[in-house]
Amino acid sequence: MEDDAPVIYGLEFQARALTPQTAETDAIRFLVGTQSLKYDNQIHIIDFDDENNIINKNVLLHQVGEIWHISASPADKGVLATCYNKPSDSKVLTCAAVWRMPKELEPGSHESPDDSSSPAHTLELLCHLDDTAHGSVACVVWEPTGDGRRVISLADSHILLWDLQESSSQAVLAGSASLEGKGQLKFTSGRWSPHHTCTQVATANDTTIRGWDTRSMSQIYCIENAHGQLVRDLDFNPNKQYYLASCGDDCKVKFWDTRNVTEPVKTLEEHSHWSQEPPQDSVIATYEEHEDSVYAVDWSSADPWLFASLSYDGRLVINRVPRALKYHILL
Amino acid sequence: MAAAAAGPGPGSGPGDSPEGPEAEAPERRRKAHGMLKLYYGLSEGEAAGRPSGSDPLDPTDLNGAHFDPEVYLDKLRRECPLAQLMDSETDMVRQIRALDSDMQTLVYENYNKFISATDTIRKMKNDFRKMEDEMDRLATNMAVITDFSARISATLQDRHERITKLAGVHALLRKLQFLFELPSRLTKCVELGAYGQAVRYQGRARAVLQQYQHLPSFRAIQDDCQVITARLAQQLRQRFRCGPGTLSHPQPGPWACRLRSKLVPLLPPAEFHQPALDRRLPLCREGGSGAPEQAECVELLLALGEPAEELCEEFLAHARGRLEAELRSLEAELGPSPPAPDVLEFTDRGGSGFVGGLCQVASAYQELFAAQGPAGAEKLAAFARELGGRYFALVERRLAQEQGGGDNSLLVRALDRFHRRLRAPGALLAAAGLAEAATEIVERVARERLGHHLQGLRSAFLGCLTDVRQALAAPRLAGKEGPGLAELLANVASSILSHIKASLAAVHLFTAKEVSFSNKPYFRGEFCSQGVREGLIVGFIRSMCQTAQSFCDSPGEKGGATPPALLLLLSRLCLDYETATISYILTLTDEQFLVQDQSPVTPVSTLCAEARETARRLLTHYVKVQGLVISQMLRKSVETRDWLSTLEPRNVRAVMKRVVEDTTAIDVQVGLLYEEGVRKAQSSDSSKRTFSVYSSSRQQGRYAPSYTPSAPMDTNLLSNIQKLFSERIDVFSPVEFNKVSVLTGIIKISLKTLLECVRLRTFGRFGLQQVQVDCHFLQLYLWRFVADEELVHLLLDEVVASAALRCPDPVPMEPSVVEVICERG
Repeated sequence: MEDDAPVIYGLEFQARALTPQTAETDAIRFLVGTQSLKYDNQIHIIDFDDENNIINKNVLLHQVGEIWHISASPADKGVLATCYNKPSDSKVLTCAAVWRMPKELEPGSHESPDDSSSPAHTLELLCHLDDTAHGSVACVVWEPTGDGRRVISLADSHILLWDLQESSSQAVLAGSASLEGKGQLKFTSGRWSPHHTCTQVATANDTTIRGWDTRSMSQIYCIENAHGQLVRDLDFNPNKQYYLASCGDDCKVKFWDTRNVTEPVKTLEEHSHWSQEPPQDSVIATYEEHEDSVYAVDWSSADPWLFASLSYDGRLVINRVPRALKYHILL
Repeated sequence: MAAAAAGPGPGSGPGDSPEGPEAEAPERRRKAHGMLKLYYGLSEGEAAGRPSGSDPLDPTDLNGAHFDPEVYLDKLRRECPLAQLMDSETDMVRQIRALDSDMQTLVYENYNKFISATDTIRKMKNDFRKMEDEMDRLATNMAVITDFSARISATLQDRHERITKLAGVHALLRKLQFLFELPSRLTKCVELGAYGQAVRYQGRARAVLQQYQHLPSFRAIQDDCQVITARLAQQLRQRFRCGPGTLSHPQPGPWACRLRSKLVPLLPPAEFHQPALDRRLPLCREGGSGAPEQAECVELLLALGEPAEELCEEFLAHARGRLEAELRSLEAELGPSPPAPDVLEFTDRGGSGFVGGLCQVASAYQELFAAQGPAGAEKLAAFARELGGRYFALVERRLAQEQGGGDNSLLVRALDRFHRRLRAPGALLAAAGLAEAATEIVERVARERLGHHLQGLRSAFLGCLTDVRQALAAPRLAGKEGPGLAELLANVASSILSHIKASLAAVHLFTAKEVSFSNKPYFRGEFCSQGVREGLIVGFIRSMCQTAQSFCDSPGEKGGATPPALLLLLSRLCLDYETATISYILTLTDEQFLVQDQSPVTPVSTLCAEARETARRLLTHYVKVQGLVISQMLRKSVETRDWLSTLEPRNVRAVMKRVVEDTTAIDVQVGLLYEEGVRKAQSSDSSKRTFSVYSSSRQQGRYAPSYTPSAPMDTNLLSNIQKLFSERIDVFSPVEFNKVSVLTGIIKISLKTLLECVRLRTFGRFGLQQVQVDCHFLQLYLWRFVADEELVHLLLDEVVASAALRCPDPVPMEPSVVEVICERG
């Protein structure tokens, strides 16, 4: 508790998918999905005990394939969605599915009796979010503040809105839109804005950022050439309406006001190489615990001063905002 | 022998005391003489006169200085036969005789002269006695004359006294006559217009008349005079008010006066005056400008005892009329419609017209109304301030029209005239502050010129950049862009430098010695240090750096992207500035503008640091831009390929060749402007050897275990251990100013991109092998560009390793086959 030293947790496999357990607001819990072509992939549920600086983990088997993206339901702690590679002989297809974790691992059931040494648990498949007609799924995002029923998946050039029915066991396509243009257009990333009663979604494809209205599934705005090169990821500011951050292969982080998209509000160029998940605002401190590329950073849903970062070599680092800075912002 | 006879020297006579013992002393003296002569080199001269062969020291030489009769006789006795002895004896006797007769002749001659002198003295004695008698007679005559003179004086005494009295009476009578004639004289003077004369008469008579006014006759004269004087004063006043020429008009209204003063400058005076008036008023003829005449009028009026205050008001009012006319004519020249005269002409006109007029007015005023004291001076100062202000406003309007122009020399000359002209009235009227105001205007103009030049330099720089852009965009005629870049850089540098020098020279005019305002404190201090050095030069260099830096900040992806070559060129330009140009320019500036100001100036080092920082940013940006271009190529190539179903590799993919080509092109481009730089010394001497290590032992040693599935931990462990031994690669490490460093940066960025892209894909067996081939190919060609080839190995190793990890069926290709494929092309 006293020290701000980061806590490091190692995974056996390479990993690039990380999410906080969104519905959980008491415990600090992150979900990490691994990437391995040869072995059964896993989802690690990582609990961080803030007071004792201890990490607890539980491992879920994710046998269908390596995980490229993971997201947790904002309403039901036990529900999560993954995008995974389905191994096939000549083609790689990325699919998405909604899962439920076993009851005993659900948060709130206190310490699970069995330790990490116990055999891994298996996920329960709720439903597929696939429509093979639409191609590979790049990511799945939940409606941030709903009842956990509405999900958007980005598949190649399509944006699909799903309605999960019957306690998520059935996914019904509620709406869709697609990109039109020449060449192979492909979504790389998307985010659901927590503002405007969750009617806006922002997506990235190539160098363009687009905003969509989920009611009509039509495009609201479009930032052409937002970055010099591919846009990797984007995020909304949870505290300020209209503010959107994006990062791209040109090593820049840009902040946009979605009402006026012709010019970025601010541009940062501190990142070395591809930035994946933009932290909020300016560079606060540099964290150097990682040896390999860091592909994911996420804030905890329970403690706003804590975030986890995941590097490709399977190392998860839980960082705190330096205390001095925290008080500086608070006071 | 004749010479010896003439010589009167002691003992020169060969005959005397032939055997005397007293010959000892002379002989010694003669010896001493001889030595002296010897010392002074006279002996040769003497020797030359003698028969040759004779020794000057020969004591037997009769005519010699060392002649010794004893030795001579001895010699004669010893050497000569008797006959010869006899001969020489006869000869000797003959010579002695000749000498004796010569002496006798001399004595006779002297005696004769003595006798004639005695005769002369006797004769003089006689003459003097006669003269004495005549002097006595003269003395008695003089005494008689004195006597007579005294008697005559006594006789004339009383007559002289009478004459003196008569003369006094005569003078008095003449004065009286003058007084009685005064009224008529005055009238006549007034009629003739000889006002000066009239006033002088009046002045002379006034005191006397005042004194004797109790006598009725004088009283009458005084009354007459006063009447005439009053008329005179009235006339003078009229003339004063309306100027010459309007005197005949009985009561000219003030509007008429103004009208006239308006007209005067427009019409030649001769045409304006009526001939009749000219005849009657000769004074009027001189009145073109009217000011001296006015002054005369006022002077006369003052002498007549008119109230000074009123006169002074009127005087100023009139002067105002004239000066305002000058101002109006100046203003008319400002107007947009007629072609305005150039600024020099304008200030000249203003200087001679308005300022000259003001000077005249001021000096006349001070002469006339000196008695008025400080109140009068204040009145004049206020007058000058007001009109001067209007004049300055006009001048400033005119100068404002000059701001756009490029010719400083004309402007400076105009300002010089302007300033110089105002020095006289400035000294005359210190209270009006004209000189200060003029200096202020000049300073303001100088500041504006500095701003103008800064602007000019900036736009010149931008112009250079545009030229460079065009040159870069122009189709390559020779097919090679090669030498162009260095040339372009030299062109830009020299063009900027010449612009700077031109600007310096232009603003230097302001501080030239012969310019009247250059010794003002502003031009000696602030203008040089803050204005030229800081504002112009430092300001320009800063703005140049800023402009250059803006190319880094500009959204390069949107629209007019900056050509990378321009970035490179600017970077080199800034670096050159840092190393040499800045200090050169500043030294030049400091030399030309001897800065005496103590205010702080930007040190050279600060400016250099800024330039260096700019250069560094530009170069970093260049690296980034070029790196991203290559990255983009690599990314597209990895993303668009189906790596699972690819065929067994037969060739290196074309993209890789393209990457190598582009890198080579960049290498050439950078090499044009930057030095090679240092490479890390490698134990391996050639690419071949290093490569073999990479391809066979290292690669297999490292990845082979991971290909054969063992525990999942192994892979991680292995890669972690590998990383423990290799340094972490900082992709965006700072760039140094050399070619190798630049290329290293670009290659690092590109390879890192390749790595990241590979990690996002899944590879089939042949996919992996293709990556292997590609990486080997890159290794073959890229090592030579970087500072530390180990770096290329590491990154490429990691690419292949990552591809292997992303491959479900990792069977690597035989290194030898890889080599063969790569070598084939």
